[in-house]
Amino acid sequence: MASINLLHKEYVIEQGNFLKAGEASSAIKQILRQLGVSAGVLRRVSIASYEAELNMVIHSFGGTVSADISPHAVVLEFADTGPGIEDVELAMQDGYSTASEEIRNMGFGAGLGMRNIKRCCDGMDIVSSAGGTKLTLTFLV
Amino acid sequence: MREYQHSVRLDKDKCKGCTNCIKGCPTQAIRVRGGKANIIAERCIDCGECVRVCPHHAKIAVTDGFESLERFRYRIAIPAPSFYAQFRKNTSIGMILDALINIGFDDVFEVARGADIVTEATRQLLASGNCKKPLISSACPAVVRLIRVRFPSLLQHLSCIDSPMEVAADIAREAFCKKRGADGKDVGVFFITPCAAKMTSVLSPLGRVKSNVDGTISIVDAFARINAEIARPKMRRHGKASGSLSSGVGWAAAGGEEQALSGYSHLSVDGIHNIIRLFEEVENGRFADLDFIEALSCTGGCLGGPLTFENAYVARMRLSKVIEDMPQKTEMPTEAVEHAHSARARLSQEIEPLRVEHLDDDMETAIAKLGRINELCELLPGLDCGSCGSPDCRTLAEDIVRGDAVELDCIFLLKDRVRYLAQEMVKLATVDSAFEPNDEERG
Repeated sequence: MASINLLHKEYVIEQGNFLKAGEASSAIKQILRQLGVSAGVLRRVSIASYEAELNMVIHSFGGTVSADISPHAVVLEFADTGPGIEDVELAMQDGYSTASEEIRNMGFGAGLGMRNIKRCCDGMDIVSSAGGTKLTLTFLV
Repeated sequence: MREYQHSVRLDKDKCKGCTNCIKGCPTQAIRVRGGKANIIAERCIDCGECVRVCPHHAKIAVTDGFESLERFRYRIAIPAPSFYAQFRKNTSIGMILDALINIGFDDVFEVARGADIVTEATRQLLASGNCKKPLISSACPAVVRLIRVRFPSLLQHLSCIDSPMEVAADIAREAFCKKRGADGKDVGVFFITPCAAKMTSVLSPLGRVKSNVDGTISIVDAFARINAEIARPKMRRHGKASGSLSSGVGWAAAGGEEQALSGYSHLSVDGIHNIIRLFEEVENGRFADLDFIEALSCTGGCLGGPLTFENAYVARMRLSKVIEDMPQKTEMPTEAVEHAHSARARLSQEIEPLRVEHLDDDMETAIAKLGRINELCELLPGLDCGSCGSPDCRTLAEDIVRGDAVELDCIFLLKDRVRYLAQEMVKLATVDSAFEPNDEERG
């Protein structure tokens, strides 16, 4: 039998679908409220998961978000199928953005997202290649 | 048992047990059980959505009414600005204030004056930088309650300035006692309200120990009496001078509060479901460069309150006219500015989150319950029909796990179950006949 103290959920993210963008973050937030997670953690997860979800919608070919929640930590994994981040260190810098003119016109792509994510989580790991990016965020509960 | 503290209640006799109210409730606070709607007290935010949507008028918003005036030796009316927009053309604020005195109030004090003081206090708070931006207005009691149950992480954005109603009641009582040498205990302050949630904040206030208001009278209840007074020929054409500024009166409509904060970046959102969508985004960290959010639970703002008399859009037109006819004053009296800068204009207590959604105090148990909810969601048809009495399939799954419902409350699962039982009975019948084979079967 699977461990009962771990909850696993997955959400599909589609490239360029702004109508759906933010739904995975909202669903994760609802789960955390139902688990009675504190307002502070809820806030940090909200901001980071929304930024990361939008990054996937804007920059990637799409993929999945999975959430693994235990009484001690919330682990979110954002796995897409490409095209990968060319220079991860550069992407972490404030103001650096590869977003297209069109995306910027929509009010996104200011180049603050990755730093914002880092600020909100307790652990951050990025593995990226042309075949896809996997961003893992850990939040201690 | 503690007295029920909500304004929004159910008239059991009128309730037909339909699903209209459960579907529109923004906090999933209503269930139909045993053929009648039940309001879950901790979840209800008194927004009045169910009052509006119930075709049988079984959802009611209770206020104190005129009978409660008898409890006090002296009575002060504090009318909401939206009250001014209810009457026929060319009814001035002064006439309405006169009419309130004529029907038995000893004094009147306009909540619009409280609104201007709140604006001044909010300006000072924003200028001090001593608040989390965007600052969210705390004027709409349904919104404050929504944040408490649904957006705990936004409590830090909530303005610590008190509501115009509380500020007005505080000043009104003090001024009356000074003027008439009355004892504060003998003075009843009555809010003429468009809003059910205000009644609840008088009964069980948030952010303060006790309300300054002693009772509430709905605009609908007050309308006929005041309208009759205004129609009297002896009525003075202009009446008592209004003490408020047009900016304070403007608070009656959505956008009024934000307009009064010119010079700051602000947005106004009205309608409880719109607010929820916007707050989701605020929670996600958007709008960090925004100074202020005015959020009003009712569409159109207080003019759209469930206890108003006039259609909100007609009222909006009337309000513009009332404001147009007001003297062009913009300066607040010195004592009002002083009041705005004093601690009396601020909430005295922190507002704590109310965890109504959490499944268990122990997180491990909560995770197990959530796992079970997810399994049940797979099993349920996902039509969100509401026939079970819960607003949607997911909420039914939660109710089952909380022990408030059973799987067979779902009519589709029940149908499957009945079909299965019927098949079993047929099978049983066939098995029986196998023991006593007849000629036909033997072939």
